[in-house]
Amino acid sequence: MIAAARTILGKDLRIELRTKESVPAMVLFSITVYVLFHFGLDRDSLDGALAAGVLWVTLLLAAVIGVSRLFAAERDQGGIDGLLLSPVDRTALFVAKAAALFVFLTVAEVVAVPAFGLLLLGPGLGGAFPELLAVLALGNLGVAAVGALVAALAAETRAHELIVPLLLLPLLVPVLIACAQATEPLMRQDAVAEDLGRWLGLLSLYDVVFVLLSVAVFDFLLED
Amino acid sequence: MAAIELERLERRYGERVALGGVSVRVEEGQTLAVLGGNGAGKTTLLRVLAGLLRPHGGTARVLGAALPDERWKLPAQVGYVGHEPLLYRELTGRENLRYHADLHGVPHARVDTVLAEVDIADRADEPVRDLSKGLVQRLAIARAILHDPALLLLDEPRANLDPAAAELVEPIIGRASGRTRVLVSHDVEGALAESDVSLGLRSGRPAPVDAELYR
Amino acid sequence: MHSKGLAPLAAATAVTITAALAMVFFYAPNDADQGFVQKIFYIHVPMAIVALCGFVAGGVFAIQHLRSGDSSWDLRSYVAIHLSIILGVGVLATGSIWARASWGHWWVWDEPVLVSFLIVFLLYCVYYPLRFSIEDPGRQARYSSVFAIAAGAFVPLNFTAVRMAESFTHPRVLSQTGGDLPGDMRLTFLVSLLGVALLFVTLWKLELTAKHASMQLKRLRNERLRNRARVAA
Repeated sequence: MIAAARTILGKDLRIELRTKESVPAMVLFSITVYVLFHFGLDRDSLDGALAAGVLWVTLLLAAVIGVSRLFAAERDQGGIDGLLLSPVDRTALFVAKAAALFVFLTVAEVVAVPAFGLLLLGPGLGGAFPELLAVLALGNLGVAAVGALVAALAAETRAHELIVPLLLLPLLVPVLIACAQATEPLMRQDAVAEDLGRWLGLLSLYDVVFVLLSVAVFDFLLED
Repeated sequence: MAAIELERLERRYGERVALGGVSVRVEEGQTLAVLGGNGAGKTTLLRVLAGLLRPHGGTARVLGAALPDERWKLPAQVGYVGHEPLLYRELTGRENLRYHADLHGVPHARVDTVLAEVDIADRADEPVRDLSKGLVQRLAIARAILHDPALLLLDEPRANLDPAAAELVEPIIGRASGRTRVLVSHDVEGALAESDVSLGLRSGRPAPVDAELYR
Repeated sequence: MHSKGLAPLAAATAVTITAALAMVFFYAPNDADQGFVQKIFYIHVPMAIVALCGFVAGGVFAIQHLRSGDSSWDLRSYVAIHLSIILGVGVLATGSIWARASWGHWWVWDEPVLVSFLIVFLLYCVYYPLRFSIEDPGRQARYSSVFAIAAGAFVPLNFTAVRMAESFTHPRVLSQTGGDLPGDMRLTFLVSLLGVALLFVTLWKLELTAKHASMQLKRLRNERLRNRARVAA
């Protein structure tokens, strides 16, 4: 199962490297949204709750792009038949797609988060960096699991560009809440984590529930 | 043990009958020709045999695997050449085949062999989107036989192939290959000439293979 | 099949709702802080509870559907979710009216139940476009069930998250349902809850029966068309 997942993941990463469609779009989108917020809020710098909110809303909206495109290569080649005709465990497929999304999110954040620090964040990112990384990691995991599930749900519907954001964003509200609340104290002048454990706990619970659930139902999305 | 045994196979699309009461028996090494007009259910039948669709009624055994419960056994033994080439357009032919080889546990050396067999080795390192339909079809065929399947499911396999290419792939997917084959083709006479068993379909149900079939 | 017990159920519903209405207007006292308007609570909260239970039930039926492959479970799931969405509109409307009457705003973010309900509602509204954009009926049912299960699991997670996030500056009447409600208010509330629950189940059964009948009709009609075609050919 792991070998198959790794093969599929490798294929997806290779295609992304070649087409460069998902990750650059996510980065560009994020930076554009920061600019929008600058004008929309009429602020030069943000801190605390406002900063955390702007960062996380932007990242989640960018994630929609990644999720929309997760099965794009399959759609391009005429459908997921290719995957179904391979002797591959459906769980391997889920793991591969969720891992691909996780990688895309992480790479996009490597640029998007520092960009936020440069453009909009008053206090600067240095303050509580390891904590921020922990929040990003657990948040990305949740987005990856739910994103892979939503991508598969919408993969073969007619209106998938509409369905993906409408389905994904409400489902990610708990992730948004936990990440924004956890990040808020990290974005103040004297950045010190507060209640971090509680929010990381919520994120972990969410991640566990949705990883298990997605693995359990993924079979039903691909069989016919 | 027969390679394919279908007994009153049924497949519905909501209330509509896509396949109704299809029964046929194909021995190992034989070729089954599936004939019929558009929408008759030929592709549906092929997809059921490939394990892509589950039967809604009747019984089906393909290569010893009972459908639908043992569908998981099929991908390793079935080679499918359908309407879509099932190749990733941004990857090269070689990369596509290596990807499939990895999934099937087949060594990469075999990829090179197969690429040579379909005479596409010189263009195997170009992205699939740059290749003509004929070359893509050859690649699709290569993909289908890469894992040396016991059963070939061929939906108009010679579409887009010029006569030279068709001759080239003959030993691979033709009768001489020795594999059990299910062939869907609009060339009725040609298909009948190279098959041992034939099945006519009309609106999903078995029908005699005669002039009426295509009305 | 579903119409068994429908008549007594409908009767029980009518009786309970009438009783509830009577109690709300004549039995339950006016709330000390919020006055007469607080009585919306007796319809708003039961609707919310029943709707949430409906969503979760939709998820449970969906699990049964995937496990058994029997499409009648999918129908049960669809109807439960569909009714809960309609109920949900009522929840949001009454919640808004209550907010306006009690605190002067048409919407308040301080009520975690109302807020998390809004999110759940937005999510479930996608059920229809998702369902009806899939053409293959078998796949449509399966994908809808997957959605129902994911969304059902989401409901408690979402409620927890929202509750953890909201600051509670306003008195939460819902905390009073835990047991702080004075006896007569609690009784009225429970009767209302029972009434709404019975109404939901009655409508659910009613809709299932109606859908069954229309499916039978369509099947018979198709049979007739096929027979006619066979005779003509």
